[in-house]
Amino acid sequence: MRLDGEEQEILAGKLGPVRQHALQHQMMVGAFFGAEDFVPVTQAHIMADTESLGEAGVRWLEGLAAAEESQRQVRIPTITDPRGTDFAKAAFLGHTPSMLDLEERTIVAFVKLGVIMTNTCINYQTIQAPARNEHVAFGDTGVVIYSNSICGARSNYEGGPSALAAGLTGRTPRYGFHLPQQRRATVHIRVEFTPASLNEWGALGGVIGRIAGNYWQVPAIEGMEGAPRSDQLKHFGAAMASFGSIAMFHIVGLTPEAEELGDVAQAGLPGHRVTRADVDALQRSYHSDDRVDVVVFSAPQLSLYELRDLADLCAGQQFKVPLLAVTSPQVKPDSDRMGYTRRIEDAGGTVLSGMCFYQSYAREIAEARGWKRLATNSAKLVNILGGYGYQPMLASMQACVDAAVTGKLS
Amino acid sequence: MGRTVRGPALVARDGFSARYDLDRVAGIFSRPAHKLAGQSYVGKILVLDTAKGGVATAWMLHEMKSRGIVPLALVFNSVNPILAQGAALGDVPMLAGFDEDITSAIPNGADVEVNPQRGVLTVVE
Repeated sequence: MRLDGEEQEILAGKLGPVRQHALQHQMMVGAFFGAEDFVPVTQAHIMADTESLGEAGVRWLEGLAAAEESQRQVRIPTITDPRGTDFAKAAFLGHTPSMLDLEERTIVAFVKLGVIMTNTCINYQTIQAPARNEHVAFGDTGVVIYSNSICGARSNYEGGPSALAAGLTGRTPRYGFHLPQQRRATVHIRVEFTPASLNEWGALGGVIGRIAGNYWQVPAIEGMEGAPRSDQLKHFGAAMASFGSIAMFHIVGLTPEAEELGDVAQAGLPGHRVTRADVDALQRSYHSDDRVDVVVFSAPQLSLYELRDLADLCAGQQFKVPLLAVTSPQVKPDSDRMGYTRRIEDAGGTVLSGMCFYQSYAREIAEARGWKRLATNSAKLVNILGGYGYQPMLASMQACVDAAVTGKLS
Repeated sequence: MGRTVRGPALVARDGFSARYDLDRVAGIFSRPAHKLAGQSYVGKILVLDTAKGGVATAWMLHEMKSRGIVPLALVFNSVNPILAQGAALGDVPMLAGFDEDITSAIPNGADVEVNPQRGVLTVVE
């Protein structure tokens, strides 16, 4: 890779060992993908729940945090994805002292590194959405696909170590979605069904993600009616990223880089049609039981509007099975203040903050609480949780709340 | 990326995500729909189609390596940045991008050598 003067200084260790190691890591990844140079980035977003880090990852972070203060601080605003617990509700979740200890050590290390503990995967709804053509180093796949597709910003999937490296060096290798040619469509999707509910938007994203198939594919989508809202696009993109490892899509006439199909695609792209039957089939494929042990709203964290809708559905209900709603530390105080939290919790639900269900020791929660059959309106969550020993089922927010009341999913 | 290693290939035409697909304590594929469900990946050279899922694999390979419950190497038709970042941090040899579908070219259980520096996968007779 071609290095500028400052990069050569970092590589030579003149700015300390932490930045040096960060740049070396970035060069390994950049060289693998054929990056010719680095591109400056303005924000970084770090996925680093302790279930992923383990003791080894936490020690690695602590090693970086032990460096001299001027040498260890990130150089650009660097924020965090959800943590592995909500400390206020850890007992309810069955989180053990050793898990909480790992969490606390991680937070101490990040703060020493100058990282802002936002603990959110909806930063584009709550902290600061990136602007068009802004180069960033974002972690969570749902954040990346939203930032690339809806905001027109430029990011690859940056895992925790790489996002932290970008924060420390202020740059990232220029490959993938930082390059204009990678942002062009590779597959054309004709949609014959415009969803209404969030679970359907997620299921549609999942169907398209499966068709597109891998990180380097960019679907160009036509046929949607109207203009979807941010929460709908959030579920759509998060599921597409989850089912297909997709980092960018275009909706012709809606997203910023695709006013017309010709702006992003050449003639003769491979084409697919997606119908209502495809969306229904994906949802049905998860319907493995009529009974549920737990209802979870999470992945991505809920916006204030989603919590308001949920609170309306919960008002006056009494739940037979636990219902969890997970949001960000930025949204939670508003939800408390507006009485949404109370309405959900009066019905027997629990509102959690700063975590995400699948990033918070889901397997251990299942064992501690005896939860297996799980209903959710998140297509992303059903895609993930099978590997954690759950029978996840996908249904509308309304049907999930009904399931919490009756214990049965209709 | 990484050093040359030799070992038994575990082959399937399916994707890979450490978070979605694995029981990382038991060292097996645990997602029921995965073609390798129930099989141990420890010490195996995984030959799969592509990287799937989220960003957690970037940390998880490092964590798995620290406990020795880790694949010996990763060989994929295509990878995403997360897998490359994870292999770099976790020091797990990785190879991707072939002239043919690598999951059809390599028999399951074959003794194979991965040479990431030369970009070559060899079936050892």
